[in-house]
Amino acid sequence: MTGEPVISLRGVTAELGSRPVLRGIDLAVHRGEVVALLGANGSGKSTAIRTIVGQVPAGGDIALFGTPRRTFRDWSRVGYVPQRTTAAGGVPATVTEVVSAGRLSRTRFGLFRKADHAAVRHALDLVGMADRARDNVEALSGGQHQRVLIARALVAEPELLIMDEPMAGVDLASQEILAGTLREQVRQGTTVLLVLHELGPLEPLIDRAVVLRDGCVLHDGPPPRAVGQHALPGHDHVHPHDRHTPLRTGLLS
Amino acid sequence: MDFLNFAFMQRALLAAVLVGITAPAVGIYLVQRRQALMGDGIGHVAMTGVGLGFLLSTSPVWMATAVSVLGAVVMELIRWYGRTRGDIALAMLFYGGMAGGVMLINLAPGGSNANLMSYLFGSLSTVSESDVTAICLLAAFVLAVTLGLRRQLFAVSQDEEFARVTGLPVRALNLLTAVTAAVTVTVAMRVVGLLLVSALMVVPVAAAQQLSRSFAATFVIAVAIGVTVTVGGTITSYYRYVPPGATIVLLAIAAFVALSLLAAPLARRRARAAAARQPAGDPAECAIPATRGAADEVGV
Repeated sequence: MTGEPVISLRGVTAELGSRPVLRGIDLAVHRGEVVALLGANGSGKSTAIRTIVGQVPAGGDIALFGTPRRTFRDWSRVGYVPQRTTAAGGVPATVTEVVSAGRLSRTRFGLFRKADHAAVRHALDLVGMADRARDNVEALSGGQHQRVLIARALVAEPELLIMDEPMAGVDLASQEILAGTLREQVRQGTTVLLVLHELGPLEPLIDRAVVLRDGCVLHDGPPPRAVGQHALPGHDHVHPHDRHTPLRTGLLS
Repeated sequence: MDFLNFAFMQRALLAAVLVGITAPAVGIYLVQRRQALMGDGIGHVAMTGVGLGFLLSTSPVWMATAVSVLGAVVMELIRWYGRTRGDIALAMLFYGGMAGGVMLINLAPGGSNANLMSYLFGSLSTVSESDVTAICLLAAFVLAVTLGLRRQLFAVSQDEEFARVTGLPVRALNLLTAVTAAVTVTVAMRVVGLLLVSALMVVPVAAAQQLSRSFAATFVIAVAIGVTVTVGGTITSYYRYVPPGATIVLLAIAAFVALSLLAAPLARRRARAAAARQPAGDPAECAIPATRGAADEVGV
């Protein structure tokens, strides 16, 4: 894995209120890598993700595709899945309408051409929601909401996917579908950084795990072995790197 | 249809139609971002503009537009910067605007609170030629924004954080929404009055939601309801001696109630259809905390 990292954090700090949440994070994600951010609640995973996409003011150096984040404007290269339990707003909206919002970065003045409509249909196909395209998002299950949010990120055909707990509140069947979607994206060379609570069905895809604790990087290397109790909320994903931990390599290693 | 022979009724109906279109067209975005009462706040602020218009002997409509646009911009700035004390600051702005209006209009030569009444509750029959010109221009602006930028405004109102990460100029769009809402308030001021303006922005949208599944359909139905109740209220007030503003708002609420009653069986049928499509034996889903909204601040 050579070349410029797609995401590069150096000495990144962030505060929420006056509480330091990130205390000097270093992280590099290279092209084609799938990196999972793990850690207990309050360890700074979501804040780290949100500093990268510019939603939390941060100190230190952040660069996307080699460009400092402050001057980075090429947002159509980034697909973002924020942490949400619903894709719905205050007014009814169809699955297609919500997903179309993700395509705006590829359009001029928000005018949709044939290719844009096709991209929306394709993104819905990728997450297996094509048959619900005209349904109100409020009528969907938790797992389907996440699939819509991921389709909204994929519709701009990004090179980099940044996802904050995409598996939260998702039933196992939907998790399997999402894992399949992601596998296909990774196969095509998409770089992925995602916050996870447990590795779950995504485990075989993950090249590297970065474990945070108290706003510091505790571990950066092969993903910890997933065992049954990992799914428990608040579980601290810290494991000694003993010789029994197999070195896991992702699809593109 | 004899009312069409009167110039004042022609002006009133034209104003009513324009308000019926524009108020829900802006209101839908406010409802979508769960700021349904923003129009009410702008209405309060606009009172200072009306008072200023009387004091300076200029057109109250244009003065109210200027002041409410300024107020809406300040409200938007407070939303950005004053996260924790934002609601207190907004309260200051609203009540300051209202008190300022009452004060200024009393200071104006020959002014009294009687003048204010026509702006508080609307006065369709006194809509003048120059009012109509102003309302037409303002309505054209509102429609250009709400239709021309519908995809952008939809994205920002649906999920602001996501919209920022797609590179949309979210601050500019939020300011534009606030300004458009302020303009709409002054368009609707002569028809339903400043105190009832917000109702026309919110109630037709709420009524339309009872039937619709898509944003586009909600938009169209809300505008249709808006025009129906404004025209209906205006005509009713011609034949019966009732205030048009109040009639329009009550008609809108009646439409909401009627559509809600209609919607219950419709929703049941849709739910049954959806259940039939779900494969049997689907695994139960993880519980989702009901307190989390789309725009919640995400914890770490």
